[in-house]
Amino acid sequence: MDGAVIGSREESASTQAKAISSVIAVSHEQQDTDASASIIPIVVVAKQNNALRIFALDDAAARFGLAVGLPLANARAICPQLKVFDVDETADVRTLNAIAEWCDRFTPLVALDAPDGLLLDITGCVHLFGGEAAMMRLVCDALTAQGFAVSAAIAGTAVCARTLTRHLHGRIVVPGEEACAVKPLPVSALGADESVITGLRRAGLKTIGDVASRTRSEITARFGAGFTALLEQALGHGDAPISPRQPLPDTIVEKRFADPVTTEAVISATLSRLAEMLVAAMSQQGKGARQLAAQFFRTDGAVRTILVDTGQPVTQGAVIDRLFAERLGSLNDPLDPGFGFDLIRLSASRTEIVVPQQRDLDANVHDHDELSALIDRITARIGGRRVVVYLPQDTHIPERAVLTVPAQQYLAAASLAVWPARAEGEPPLRPLRLFERPELIKVIAQVPDGPPARFVWRRATHAVVRAEGPERVAMEWWRCEGEMLTRDYFRVEDEGGLRFWLYRDGLYEREIVQQEGMAVQPNWFMHGLFA
Amino acid sequence: MTGARMHLLTTLRGDIARIETSGGASTPDRVALGHAEADATLRGGLARGAIHEVFAEAGRHSAAATGFVAGLARRVAARRPLLWVRQDFSDIETGALSMSGWAELGLDPCLLVTVRAADLDTALRTAADALACDALGAVVLDVWGRSRQLDLVASRKLTLAAQASGVTGLLLRVAAEPAPSTAETRWIVRAAHAPPPSAGSAWGAPVFEAQLVRNRHGPVGRWIMEWKCDECLFAKPVNQPTSDPQPVAAAPVHRPHPARARRAG
Repeated sequence: MDGAVIGSREESASTQAKAISSVIAVSHEQQDTDASASIIPIVVVAKQNNALRIFALDDAAARFGLAVGLPLANARAICPQLKVFDVDETADVRTLNAIAEWCDRFTPLVALDAPDGLLLDITGCVHLFGGEAAMMRLVCDALTAQGFAVSAAIAGTAVCARTLTRHLHGRIVVPGEEACAVKPLPVSALGADESVITGLRRAGLKTIGDVASRTRSEITARFGAGFTALLEQALGHGDAPISPRQPLPDTIVEKRFADPVTTEAVISATLSRLAEMLVAAMSQQGKGARQLAAQFFRTDGAVRTILVDTGQPVTQGAVIDRLFAERLGSLNDPLDPGFGFDLIRLSASRTEIVVPQQRDLDANVHDHDELSALIDRITARIGGRRVVVYLPQDTHIPERAVLTVPAQQYLAAASLAVWPARAEGEPPLRPLRLFERPELIKVIAQVPDGPPARFVWRRATHAVVRAEGPERVAMEWWRCEGEMLTRDYFRVEDEGGLRFWLYRDGLYEREIVQQEGMAVQPNWFMHGLFA
Repeated sequence: MTGARMHLLTTLRGDIARIETSGGASTPDRVALGHAEADATLRGGLARGAIHEVFAEAGRHSAAATGFVAGLARRVAARRPLLWVRQDFSDIETGALSMSGWAELGLDPCLLVTVRAADLDTALRTAADALACDALGAVVLDVWGRSRQLDLVASRKLTLAAQASGVTGLLLRVAAEPAPSTAETRWIVRAAHAPPPSAGSAWGAPVFEAQLVRNRHGPVGRWIMEWKCDECLFAKPVNQPTSDPQPVAAAPVHRPHPARARRAG
């Protein structure tokens, strides 16, 4: 299933969903059901060159002779009962992405071919669906049932398949026959720029076969190397890989159900079985999972993906099972089986080589493993940013001296961090509890730049019986946003034995200058509490 | 009293003893705090694999209680990792744990993992999970205010988890009142005056007034303890009067201004 299998036959199925807007897709379907009763043609219009022109249309509208690009005024003249919708490009993109997500069940290599196509690299997964023809029928039937007009083709190269879908539906090209398949098609099917197509028509080259009959140097000289490459790929002479929506997971295991499952017990049992299979598959390569994704494919086409990260490569099925149990149990918006899941897939999206370690004798290794497993479980439940460790920073500014980082990624770094050594025999210099935002307090000091004698914090007055300071902390001018004042920190103890860390913001009469002859009082802040 | 009734009583006593010690477990592993009198009262120190509660009655004693819990955790966990579970709300109310201050107390920030729980239910569940993990030295559950969730059932769950794994659980309850629980010991901590060690300095090491109000297997007591940041143990303060456990510094006395008093007279 690797995208880079060269030599073996690489096939591409291109699916074109022609019903554009999600709005029209729904109404289109409704229209079809009572088509015999009243046929009201539907078009989607977009503003192009200062005129409303038809952007997409349904079969009924096409039967009236309307075409894409026709101005809306003309279309209304031809067919007055026309039903018109505005184009909604965001909804189109969303719909195409939803279809692509649904297509994940056929192959992990699905690429978007905007605005209305999908490319599926089906190399190596055809046998799972009973052959190419059966697979294409499966895709088309499911999409048609949802009200989309589908045109599909399977060919050796992506460009060839895409070219075919623009004019034919259901063509499966035998390897080596690509050139014969595309030669009778008009040049517009190639999907090149409008100017190139016009140029080709003016030169009298109407079909792809006509273009192919010219020498490559002539075409390159007139239309550029890009068009030549496109032509070569359409003819099956060269190929470019498709760019899938998501990176290919390292290992995938999945379980399909003939009857959709809805009960939690079956879902969790399936997940644990899949976890065992995944672990077995990974252990053959000596790998462990760092990121796991469980995908739940609902029968109605909705896909729910749940990701779980781990701090250490996981090699045990039970651990994976427990992580998903934690994650599923704590989802804000719980897994909704609706009419049931018909496919559950577990993939290891990121893996790492596992280095086997001596476990029985070395207690530290055991402790470290246990701790990171605990952190993984808590993280799976409450989120990575809520489980934290600390890293020292090289700065004197108290609130920046410590960096709080997620424990899952930084546990090893934090356990090796070197913290500044404390002075032996000295009482604590820094408070144990630090306020994220220093709180403004009212202070009475004997002299403006002296220690406080009395202060009011949170509506309680504290009389200072012991004060130590100041400890002057200058702000870092090289990264100051705006003007920050130098702080003078004081450690103070009140009459009840409570100990605080206060600071005066700004140097009196140097940073805090008198304005218009009025003395400006410095601000005081409560920054922390000592034990 | 007949022989049958005596026999029944003996059986019942045996049952109760078995329930109390949860299936005949041996005497718990104890860690000395360093304070001789407190250790004697606790029969050798703080029991491992149990729950201990530390209360700070008013919010203003929160930092002292935090320091006391940090000290207990250091004594119990030694060089093993410590998990500190706290609520988001507690950060705003009492300030977040500062690692600079943590290191200044002689503790190692490398061994600390903090969990910030959004609500108490999550915090309780996380603490129960963590208590079951024997790689940890201690688990601290830092809860602000009164709470209905932290009842006898929750406390029993934590105790069972702690007993099974041998990890010590420390409950830090700020601005809460003691309620029935299955804790091994219960402390009420207040800040005490910390006189400077010498005339040359103006600041001393942290001093706590720790009141042991519940001890499942012994008497209670009340001591002034000083945390020795260098040795990482509790001790009796050197220059604190031993007979009087109350804070020493007297409240400032109101004295009328001499000049004003003269004028009035």
